[in-house]
Amino acid sequence: MIRLEARAEVSRTWAYLSPLLAAILTLVTGFILFAALGDNPLNALYIFFISPISDSFGISELLVKSAPILLCAYGLAICFRASIWNIGAEGQLLMGALFGSAVAIYFVDSDATYAMPLTLLGGILGGMTWAALAALLKVQFNTNEILTTIMLNYIALNLLQWGVYGPLKDPYGFGFPQSELFGDSTILPIIWEGTRLHIGILFAAVAMAFSWVFISKSFIGFQVQVLGMDAPAARMAGFKEKSLAWLVLIISGGLAGLAGAGEVAGPIGQLVPHVSPGYGYAAIIVAFLGRLHPVGITLAGLLMGLIYMGGELAQIELGMPNAITGVFQGLLLFYLLACDVLIRYRLIPAK
Amino acid sequence: MNTNLRLELTGITKRYPGCVANDGVNLAIGKGEIHALLGENGAGKSTLMKIIYGVVAPDEGSILFNDKEVTIKDPAAARELGVGMVFQHFSLFETLSIAENIALALGEQSGDPATLNERIRDISTKYGMPLEPERLVATLSTGERQRCEIVRCLLQDIKLLILDEPTSVLTPQEVEALFTTLRQLASEGCSILFISHKLHEVTALCDKATILRGGKLSGHCVPKDETSSSIATMMVGDDTPISTKYIRSQGGDNFVEVNGLSTKSQGDFDVALKNISFNVRKGEILGIAGVAGNGQEELLMSLSGEDIHTKSTAIKFDGVTVDGFSPMKRRRLGLGFVPEDRLGRGAVPEMTLSQNTLLTSFDFGLVTKGLINVKKVTDLAQSIIQKYKVKAVGEFSHAASLSGGNLQKFIIGREIEQQPKVLIASHPTWGVDIGAQIAIHEAMMALRDGGCAILVVSEDLDELFQISDRLCAICDGELSPIKPTDEVSLEQIGCWMAGDFSESSASSENRRSDLQSSHINKEGALV
Repeated sequence: MIRLEARAEVSRTWAYLSPLLAAILTLVTGFILFAALGDNPLNALYIFFISPISDSFGISELLVKSAPILLCAYGLAICFRASIWNIGAEGQLLMGALFGSAVAIYFVDSDATYAMPLTLLGGILGGMTWAALAALLKVQFNTNEILTTIMLNYIALNLLQWGVYGPLKDPYGFGFPQSELFGDSTILPIIWEGTRLHIGILFAAVAMAFSWVFISKSFIGFQVQVLGMDAPAARMAGFKEKSLAWLVLIISGGLAGLAGAGEVAGPIGQLVPHVSPGYGYAAIIVAFLGRLHPVGITLAGLLMGLIYMGGELAQIELGMPNAITGVFQGLLLFYLLACDVLIRYRLIPAK
Repeated sequence: MNTNLRLELTGITKRYPGCVANDGVNLAIGKGEIHALLGENGAGKSTLMKIIYGVVAPDEGSILFNDKEVTIKDPAAARELGVGMVFQHFSLFETLSIAENIALALGEQSGDPATLNERIRDISTKYGMPLEPERLVATLSTGERQRCEIVRCLLQDIKLLILDEPTSVLTPQEVEALFTTLRQLASEGCSILFISHKLHEVTALCDKATILRGGKLSGHCVPKDETSSSIATMMVGDDTPISTKYIRSQGGDNFVEVNGLSTKSQGDFDVALKNISFNVRKGEILGIAGVAGNGQEELLMSLSGEDIHTKSTAIKFDGVTVDGFSPMKRRRLGLGFVPEDRLGRGAVPEMTLSQNTLLTSFDFGLVTKGLINVKKVTDLAQSIIQKYKVKAVGEFSHAASLSGGNLQKFIIGREIEQQPKVLIASHPTWGVDIGAQIAIHEAMMALRDGGCAILVVSEDLDELFQISDRLCAICDGELSPIKPTDEVSLEQIGCWMAGDFSESSASSENRRSDLQSSHINKEGALV
């Protein structure tokens, strides 16, 4: 009926339209899905996408949810631009949470002003360490970073479990698998009175500005992109492939680690077994949906935050299973990949 | 009606998005005729022969084959008619034998597998290009690979053989052998369509010629009645100068000194460099000839720094040992480098010309405190585009959107604007039209006369004889002796390219040679 014909040039218009089309197709599929489940689809979509942000508290919650996703996604975008496929933001985030918690628990009774910065620094170091492992394996042993980062995610999760069931467990917590509540000196300050919105969103804003300058303005960012688009050209020009691989993984690990520390020292306030509902994975979708550009990522990250909130609300009000969040994330990625075909090809009716 | 024509194309038009590749082209080839299809790169030669071979369908026009109108829907249908084609880039599997490759390519058309080996042996011997069907393609030389492709075509009842720039990969001696085979084929009634842009070959071999320019028919002629320059004028139009002769230079002190450079081969198909020594003086051009895949790539990688040898001390730039230096460090010693692959190594396809300027010119005031100075990058890109007459919409055009020749002008311009002390260029004008070729050569001459040491590695002997001050050849990782260009005969370089470095190899035994009679540059003729 229809066939694909290669375009003479890559379509810039469709590079921007494709994410929009993907979002629309996701909504349409959601509509059909809710109808098939016997719910009023319009009502269900309203509950999923509108009611979570229908008041100012909802908006603050959206920002709380989006902050860790955005921090991870900005870093991932830098990796992806170097064609280094870091799938390990989740693990790096969890290690950030673990390291950050260790610092926070050390300072639990202290009111030192440097306790909070040190907690965050611990988180950054945790994330960096985890990414550094992947970098070492890639650069020194030529291991595929997709595999190592995925595997490191599971190791990170188990290490975090070990921490929360073991040395970091609250001795007076009746055996519950959680740490002590962090002291006030390590909890991130709230920037919007009456909500849970903490300074993590400001870190995300700084990260956005940083990644924008890095990608668009800096020579090192240029080198990263040459490496990603055309490694032989990078070699010809003499850019240092190995150092660049280290750099982007460390940056991305650091940002994911910061996100993890921000979660435990922010809305959660202690170390628990389930720090992240897959923020690190969602950030991969966000990075691509946002076209690896900081502005696009910001919009995509907010949409992803909304899907998380909508999923929770759908559980409460519609009695839907938790999997609904994953379904929408999956739909979005699926449609995005499909729509991206239109960037290089056009549809024409077959003769 | 019974004409004596094998193939007649009338009004062939093929449009691609954004360009008309063929615009009302007519072409007629008689039975047993060797017909040349001439034209610059981008003139539409490839499209036309793809239409004949059924790879693409024309939008308009008719094809008569043996006086019958035909629609050739795919290459198998073309082969069914008796059309065979030898592509410029061979489509052979290196890990399979000759017979297996032929069976794979032809499918059922290869006939009874039991007798295939025998048929290959018979046909290849008959046409003076013996082949052992069981040999692995990986062990074959380029010339032998080409034979393998030709034999594949001959296995069928061939009526029309299309050859796309067949001589560009051969030594002069191999070219002669190929021409003998082609003449024999033609005498048996097979028509041959010979695509080339080397005019002396066309004059030596072909009965008739069709010339394309910018997708349109530019003219038909009988090459023997024309001079190189009159054909060239038909190819490029009246306004392009077509012949130049450069004054040879002696050069000054050594800038590049290579002493006993050897490498180990990384894989089965790599060539190891064996004890290579040479020097390039300031203000001279040293040319290295050779058939592709004889160690040129390895040598260039070692010189550019893409391949770093931390332990050896074989390469010196202006007295400094650079074996362990990165390409960036070597650039800072004055290296300019033009790699063989323009797109994907010399330039990033999906980046703009501005960004591609920054790619190697970053040390020239374009970066301040780690940030890119966009204004300066744009200015430099614009000035390169202007000075080197790069045809592009602007400095914001993607490198991939430029034609090969224009991109090459841009890359050479980018490197020359850095005022290098040594320029290493691989195939500087490969696939570049004549106008651009001259512009590139003149820019290199100006650089040479300014005292830059230039090393040119090329397969194009015409080019090397034209611009080199001294000449040598590389074969199987070994370098021939180096001599002043004017003391090297075409025969001598042919022997060098084939690996025979002995002094006596270029005996003055005067064989009949079409190539000699049309020796490059003899009358200042076209490249």
